[in-house]
Parts: sequence; C-alpha cells; structure tokens
Amino acid sequence: MSDAAHNSLVAHQFDDARQQQEAATVGMWTFLITEIMFFGGLILAYMIYRNQFAESFHAASRVLDVWVGCFNTCVLLVSSLTMALGVRAAQMGDRKKLVLFIIATMIFGAAFLGVKAYEYAEKFEHHLVPGPTFHFHGVPGHEHAPNAEIFFSLYFAMTGVHALHMIVGLGLMTWLLRKSIKGTFSKDYYNPVEICGLYWHFVDIVWIFLYPLLYLIDRS
Amino acid sequence: MDTTSTVERVSATGIISDTIRTNFLNADYGIKSWLLTKDHKRIAILYLISITVFFMIGGAFAAMIRMELITPEADVFTSEAYNKVFTTHGIMMVFFFLIPSIPATLGNFLVPVMVGARDLAFPRINLLSWYIYVIGGLFTLTALVLGGVDTGWTFYTPYSSTYSNGYVMLTGIGIFITGFSSILTGLNFIVTVHKMRAPGLGWFRLPLFVWANYAASLIMVLGTPVVAIGIVMIALERGLGLGIFDPRLGGDPVLFQHIFWFYSHPAVYIMILPGMGVVSEIMACFSRRHIFGYKFIAFSSLGIAIIGFLVWGHHMFVSGQSSYAGIVFSLFTFIVAVPSAIKVFNWTATMHKGRIVYSTPMMYALGFIGLFLVGGLTGLFCASLGVDIHIHDTYFIVAHFHYVMVGGSVMAYLGGIHFWWPKMTGRMYPEGWGRFSALLVFVGFNLTFFPQFIAGYLGMPRRYHVYPPEFQIYNVLSSGGALVLGIGFMIPLIYLFWSLKYGEKAGPNPWRAAGLEWETTSPPPTFNFDYQPVVDHEPYNYSEIDARSSATVSTHSVQEEQHV
Amino acid sequence: MWNFPLLPDQASTFAGRVDGLYFFLVALTAFFTVMISLMVAFMAIRYRESNTKVNRDNPLPENPTMEAVWIGVPLVIVLVIFFWGVNIYFAIARPPANAVDMYVTGKQWMWKIQHPTGQREINEIHVAVGQPVRLTMISQDVIHSFYVPAFRVKQDVLPGRYSQLWFEPTKPGIYHLFCAEFCGTKHSGMIGRVVVMESADYERWLAGGSSNGGSLGQTMADAGAQIFEAQGCITCHKMDDASRAPILKGLYGKSVALNGGETVIADEQYIRESILRSGAKIVAGYGPIMPVYQNRISEDELMQLVSYIKSLGGPATGTPAATPSAAPASETKGTPAAAKPAQNVNEPSRNK
Repeated sequence: MSDAAHNSLVAHQFDDARQQQEAATVGMWTFLITEIMFFGGLILAYMIYRNQFAESFHAASRVLDVWVGCFNTCVLLVSSLTMALGVRAAQMGDRKKLVLFIIATMIFGAAFLGVKAYEYAEKFEHHLVPGPTFHFHGVPGHEHAPNAEIFFSLYFAMTGVHALHMIVGLGLMTWLLRKSIKGTFSKDYYNPVEICGLYWHFVDIVWIFLYPLLYLIDRS
Repeated sequence: MDTTSTVERVSATGIISDTIRTNFLNADYGIKSWLLTKDHKRIAILYLISITVFFMIGGAFAAMIRMELITPEADVFTSEAYNKVFTTHGIMMVFFFLIPSIPATLGNFLVPVMVGARDLAFPRINLLSWYIYVIGGLFTLTALVLGGVDTGWTFYTPYSSTYSNGYVMLTGIGIFITGFSSILTGLNFIVTVHKMRAPGLGWFRLPLFVWANYAASLIMVLGTPVVAIGIVMIALERGLGLGIFDPRLGGDPVLFQHIFWFYSHPAVYIMILPGMGVVSEIMACFSRRHIFGYKFIAFSSLGIAIIGFLVWGHHMFVSGQSSYAGIVFSLFTFIVAVPSAIKVFNWTATMHKGRIVYSTPMMYALGFIGLFLVGGLTGLFCASLGVDIHIHDTYFIVAHFHYVMVGGSVMAYLGGIHFWWPKMTGRMYPEGWGRFSALLVFVGFNLTFFPQFIAGYLGMPRRYHVYPPEFQIYNVLSSGGALVLGIGFMIPLIYLFWSLKYGEKAGPNPWRAAGLEWETTSPPPTFNFDYQPVVDHEPYNYSEIDARSSATVSTHSVQEEQHV
Repeated sequence: MWNFPLLPDQASTFAGRVDGLYFFLVALTAFFTVMISLMVAFMAIRYRESNTKVNRDNPLPENPTMEAVWIGVPLVIVLVIFFWGVNIYFAIARPPANAVDMYVTGKQWMWKIQHPTGQREINEIHVAVGQPVRLTMISQDVIHSFYVPAFRVKQDVLPGRYSQLWFEPTKPGIYHLFCAEFCGTKHSGMIGRVVVMESADYERWLAGGSSNGGSLGQTMADAGAQIFEAQGCITCHKMDDASRAPILKGLYGKSVALNGGETVIADEQYIRESILRSGAKIVAGYGPIMPVYQNRISEDELMQLVSYIKSLGGPATGTPAATPSAAPASETKGTPAAAKPAQNVNEPSRNK
C-alpha cells in the first residue's frame, strides 16, 4: 500500500486529490453522455412525429402558453447562474456565499417545478392529457389537429422526464447544502459542488432544447 | 516495501507460500462486511452469486421450453403459460445473466487489478450498481411470481403497451432499474481505465480483456439509456394512457422497435466483447505466446463497438421499414463481421509454434472459437437481405443467436471463471472434471442448437407453442441436447463449489500467466497489491516468462525487484 | 417423424433464388468452419506441450500483411454476399405490374383474406400457378407477420399502416401460412394454408364462389362503392364537381399537392389515412371540413373503399387483372346520388 499523503478527503483508491478530481469529472461527463442518449430517444420520437404530423404539432403547440414557458426558462437560467456562482464560491472557499447560492439555486429550481405543476393542472382542466378524456379545442384559427394527442403525449413525456431530473437535482442540492453547512468543502475540496453543478447545468440545457421544441414551433 | 510482500513476490515465481495471509476474503467477516463492502472483488463475488441464481432460473425455464416442444402438440403448458415461459427465459438470460455476466463478475474483479489500481474509480457506485441490479431483479421476479409476462423479451408495441395482460409494467420497471446497474458498471470501467492505470501501463500495454471491457462499457453507457427511455415510453403508454406508439392516435409501433434495437443489438456486443477478451487472455496463456496481432484485436473491439451502433435495423428487414434503410443496415452488418473475423484469425495464428496446454480454460476457449465461427458465419445469412426475409423470426435466428450468446459468451464466461478461479478463491478446481464438463457443454450445445438451424430454414417460426409435425424430429434432437447441456452446466457448479473447501491451494500464479493480476497473491489483498505496481514490459511476455522459469528462482526475485 | 427434411417446398419464383444464396452461404460456412477448426486442431496437436521435438523457432511474428489479407478477403466475400442478397431483395420488394391484388387483414388470431372478385376466406388463401399476387395487408390489433415458407416470403402486418408483399406461385399444392411475429396467446394457432391451384382449377374455384369466409356477393370495388354512398362520401366527392371536395376519379397513383406545400403520391396508404384522419394531409385549396371516420369503418370496409377508389382509375394504372371488369360497374353505381340520406341514417348501426 503506498504511503502517499492520503488525507481523509482522498478516497483510498486514488493516489492524490488531483486524480480523484479528474476521475470524478470524467465520470460526470460520461454520465451526462448517457443522459443525452436518454433524452435523445424522446427527441427522436418527437422529430419523427413532428415531421409526420407537422400541422397537428403546429396547432397543438399554440395551446401552450409561451409566456409561462418563457418565465420558466428565465427561472432556470437564473438558477444556472446562481449554481455557477456557487461553484465559484466553493472554489474560493467562501462557505457563506456557497450556502447562500445553493439555497438560491434550490429556490429557483423549486419555482420552476411549481410553474410546471401549474401548467400540468391547467392541461388537466382543458382535457389535454392524453387518454379517454382527451379533447383538443385548439386556439382560434388553429383548431384543427387530428394528431394532437401524440403531441401532448410527447409533451408530458418530455417535460415529465425533465421535471424528474429537476427533482433529482434538488435532492443533490439538499445534500450539497448539508455538506456545505457542515463545512466539508474548501479550496482544496470542492469537487462535489463542481460535478453537481455540471448536472444542474445539463438539466438546464435540456430545457433550453425542450422549450423551443414544444412551445415555439410555428409562432409567427 | 515490507518483508511479507517480498516473500510473496518470490512465491510469484513458482513457490507456493504456506503462510495464510490477509486477503480480501478473510479481511473481514460477517454478512454485513459483504453487503456493505466497497471492495470491487467482493462486489464481483456478490454479482457472481446473483447472476448464477438468475442463470439457474433462466435455465429452468429453458428446460421447460424444451420439454414442451418435444411433441408438436400442447402437452405441458397452455399457450398462455408457454408464452410466459419463453418470455421469462429470454428476460432472465439477456438482462439478468448475459449482460452483467462477464463485465460485472470477471470484469469487476479483474479490471482494477489488471490496470494496477487499488479499486475501481467509484467503489460506492459499484456497490450501488449491485443493489440496483438486485432490486431490478426482485421487481422482475415479483412480476413472475404474480403471474408473469408474455410479450417476449422484445416488448414489441402495441402488444406490450395495449394488448398484453401480463405484468408488463412491473417487468419493465425491473429491466429499467437493472439498466442503470449496467450504466454504472460501464461508467466505472471507463473512468478506471482512463484515470487509474499504474505507472508505465500505457494503452497498448493493457491486457486485451481490459480493451474488450472498455469497448463493452462504451456500449453500456451509450446504448442502455436509449432502451431505458423506450421502456419509459411503454410504461407511460400502458400506465398513464399517453400514446407515443399507439397506432390509433397515428403513432408508429415500429418506432419502438428502432429504439429497442438501437440498444438491444449493441447489447449483443456487450455480451460477446468481454467474452472475446477472455478468450484472448486464455489463448495467449495456454499457447505460451505473445498474442498475435495485439493492436488489431484491440482496435477490432472498438470497431465492433462503434459499427455495432449502426446495424440495429437488421432486426427489422420485414418490419415495414424503408427498403433503402434495409440495404444500408445490411451493408453495415456485413462490415461488422470483419472485425470479428480479424479476432478469430489472430487467435488461430497465436497458436502457431506455441506450447499448447490442454487446460480447462483452453478447452473452453477452443470450443468458443468453433461455436463462435458457426454463430458468426450464420450471422451472414441473417445479414443478407434476400435470405433473412425467409429466416427472420424462425428457429434459424434462435439457433444463430444462441451460438453467439451461449456458444460464445457463456463458453467464454465459463472459460474465464476457470482461468481466474484460483485468483478469485485461492483454490484450484479439479482439472479432470473441468475438461469433462467443457467437452460435455460443447457436445450438448451443438446437439441442442444445430438442429434448430434446419428447423428454422424449414420454416418453423420462433415462439410457437404448437407446431406442424414435420418439425418434430429436430425438436426432439434439440431437447435431447438440452439435457446434455444442462448436465454440462451443472457439473462445474458442483465442483467449483466443492473446490472452495477441498480444492488444492493455488499459488499466486498457477498458470505462469502474464499480467498484473498474476503478480499479486491469490486471493488478492483488499487493495489488490501490497506495493505500487509499475509496468516496464509489453503484455503477454510469455517467452520471457518461460525463459525465466528455466532459470533459478533466485535470479527471478532479483528481476522482480526491478518492479519496486 | 423419422425423416429429416432439409428444405421447405420450392413453390414460388423466389424460392430457387433464395435457396441458391443459402447454399452458397452454407458452403462458405462449412468451408471456413472446417478450415479454421482443422487449423486449430492441427496446431493444438502439433504444438502440444508434451511434444518437445517440434521446431518452435521463428513463430509467426506480428504481421501487417497477413492482417491485411484476412481483413481484405472477408471484406470482399461479405460484399459479394451483400450485393447478392440485395439483388434478391429488390425482386421481393417490387411487385410486377400484372400482379393481382388481394387484401389481407390480420387480427388476433386469424387471417382474413378478400379477393377483389368478392370471395372472402379465413386462414386460407387460394392462388393460381403463374399468376403474381400482390397482398395489401393490415392488422386490426397488434403486429403480425405473414409468412409462407414455401414461397420464402415474409412481411410484418402492421396496425395503422398498409404493408405489401408479392409472390408468384410456381407449383400447385397446399403450403403453410404462419404468423411469424409474436402476437399473443394463440400466436402459434394463427396459421393457415395457401392453396396453389392450376389456372383452370382456380377459375373454377372463383366461379364457385364458395370459400370458408363467405363472399361479398359482389366485387370488392362494388362493395366499396356501396359504402361510398352509404357513408355519404358521395355528397361531397362528386364525379365531376370539385367545389366541395377533390374528384376521386383518376386519383390513385397520382401525385397530390397538399395545403402545406408538400406533395404526396396517392397510394393505398394515403387514401386510407385520408379517410380515417382527413385533416392530416389536406389537398391544396380545401379546408378541413371532412369528418373523421376513425372507428366508424372497419379495416375490411376500408380495403373495399380503397379498392373502389383504385377502380376509378389513375394515371399510372397498374390496374390489376381482376378490377377492370369491376370499374365500369361501380362507376354506374356511383352516379345516382339520390337515396343517400335515408341510407346514411341506417348505416352507422351496421358499422358497429
């Protein structure tokens, strides 16, 4: 067993903090690639059906509230900013700021989910949830969408899976919050903040794709 | 460097040390020390036990299939029960045995040792992957106990999403969960190979087993999430009434097949690539030669992994996909045959002017080459558009993929288990029984599956509970073979278990094999090495090893000292 | 039981070609398996550990030339097989112009066949030697697969989309018809027979009109024309007036400009989709006023409607042998558009 300087923050399998940090980062990136493939399956389905049922998709998309979506996009972008500032604070070893930014990130994340829940509830009321009660009325000038149910199936699948990722992200933030309150992180050890940040940004970026795909098609 | 390890490394040259040392097995005791372990070797043993359980379940269902098919009529099961039986066989074998088989057991045990690391990069994630696997397995077993599922392991929509009244959701959730264990294992391997290699261990000094597992990991990481989302979509459709594949809403059920095979064809390479890695190790060791064409074998693994992602549509030649898509997929499928051919030729060339030792692992490896040849070459039938239209979804396909998955992966898996058994347990298995069982498996396997090629070309569709009487003779032969094959699988199970207590003690390197894993003790200590291994030579340096073993032990230890 | 058949009957024009490639592949497989196994066995024996007399000097070194050979040779071989296979595939994928149309509906767990002349069969399909047949197939529920081993043809039968398959029988006899795609509990019971008859026998069979599924009592196109009236299609789709809806005469096989600016070929699939979900692809210049007929028309009736619309002719008339006689009849039927409303009231109940 090498007698290298194994401080308590370097796990036994690593030689040094640098190796540990590199491994964690490569690991997170690899994981994010699997996530891309995961969402890729949904986006593939979306592309095929949108191509096939262009008119239905255009009409169905108009039912979604662009401004609510826009608000949510802004909320998420701001949460990404606070996350990035949090990582910066961790790198500087500024515990107070770190805690503050993590809390801010969590608030914005929760706000996003709240708005999402409101949107879902609205869909329920308007019979836009696929199933036996589904009934599409459309908006004036765009009532006609024979395949709207497919669009809304994809809408719920895509935003639902995304929301699930947000919830996981909030879980990670809670864990980070606990650790940073305890003072685990320092200038020399902030890697968990960094890789949780990577995850958070990734979930944001997914939304950056979902928003135009679902809300912004054929808006003129 | 302390003295005990010096003694050990002297013994690495051939003297078996009698002193009982601390190793990963006796480092700690009690069920908790196993269930909470972060040691990759213990996790490998946990995996070994659990996949053996699933293998036996899957095997029992295979036996039921063969029993039912002895006669053309329905005599053991109702159609409904039979459909559940073959579905369970497929699900258990594919998702719970073949995919984790070599990576999660041998790979988990050996990859860190082979790269000279103390553990995988993320030991806790590794343990988590085992728990995920077990939880997924429990979900699927629960579905089985409640009444089973009858969609076939392929879950084709709209049967799975709308019409089947089996426990599709529960099974699907089980497979979805298990998928994550595969992703986490792959992720761990990729990071470990990239970041944890010992000093001096460049990419082209890695054992081919590591290359093969690395290639398989790429597939696990890139492919598994896609089938996962496919299963999610089925679950949403079945459980919540969304309709992504529902033809009544204009959805396309064939889209599911694309998503499914995008993973499930490369998944075949998750099964076979690590097997090829095992065979490369065994062929070199028991030919006592440097492996022929190291770089070609290494790159052919990557080639298979990459081109393997472009061939999924060959499962869908008659599904109604565009004929031009069919042609492109056919072409890529033919091209992916070439890297497999490269490997076979290189293994054969490795034997040239070698010193062939007929050990059990070698017999499994030679059996692998023969069966994989047939499995691979019959793959050309399936890749060829004109012929595949006839043989698609017949027993020809069943025979073909069993030649690759059982004749290939399982033979390699058993060969690997025998090869590294002394390393994992510190005990030797009985060689005579080993050779006998290898022979029995080989004969039983061919008897089981060769007749299915003929039945398939005659037109017997797969998943048929009752069948026209002209196919009977081939089914009788197949069922007879299955009995032999079953016995062939039971024997190792018994004697390997027996050897844990009564087997001869193995030294660190009973095969005089090359590779870092043979430089440490058997079984290895918790952190694999008592020193920091440094690699200063090419892999598979068997000529040096053999030259050395004719010299005296003392010169050895001096040479070994250079490692320090 | 104690005979060992090796090949199914060769009963279509494809059978010989597919078997030819098959035999080549069998020979190739046997050659490589035997060759490599012999090489392995030879080396395993000659270079066995106990044989100390054999010369082990200069073993094969790493050799890029050898690698190139065994990369190149297999590559060439597989490309030959690839082109050979594609060649056969093209033949299987392209029905000839003189093929007779037949219509197949798959459902759990039976095959329903409609002849254009009105005969209907269940789990049985009668065809004539030397007469190419083109099947237009659809499923009412899950995916099935129409498989006749003696013809070496197979095609999945999908819900919601027509797929097609063609063959030309060459040998009279009775052959297996299997469902090859797992479709549920009685999957292995979804079998039937293909009866290949000499032309004269086939004519007699057609004339007899008796078959296990009964008969429409009229041609499919005629039956389609009746539905066309009964469902009220004819009130908008007139023969000579395109003001409310496009004229369907001469539509089949034509390329149609859509509202979105795209064009599609009016094939069976397009016609079917336009009836069920008219809004998906609207012809340029028309509004989305056509009602949705989904769940109001069965797949069998849809096929009759399609057959009717096809019988109205089209630019590239690959007009099937049986339909020309039907076409004039249906056209005359189509014109008197009088007693429509009354029928319209009665019809929906019949369709349930």
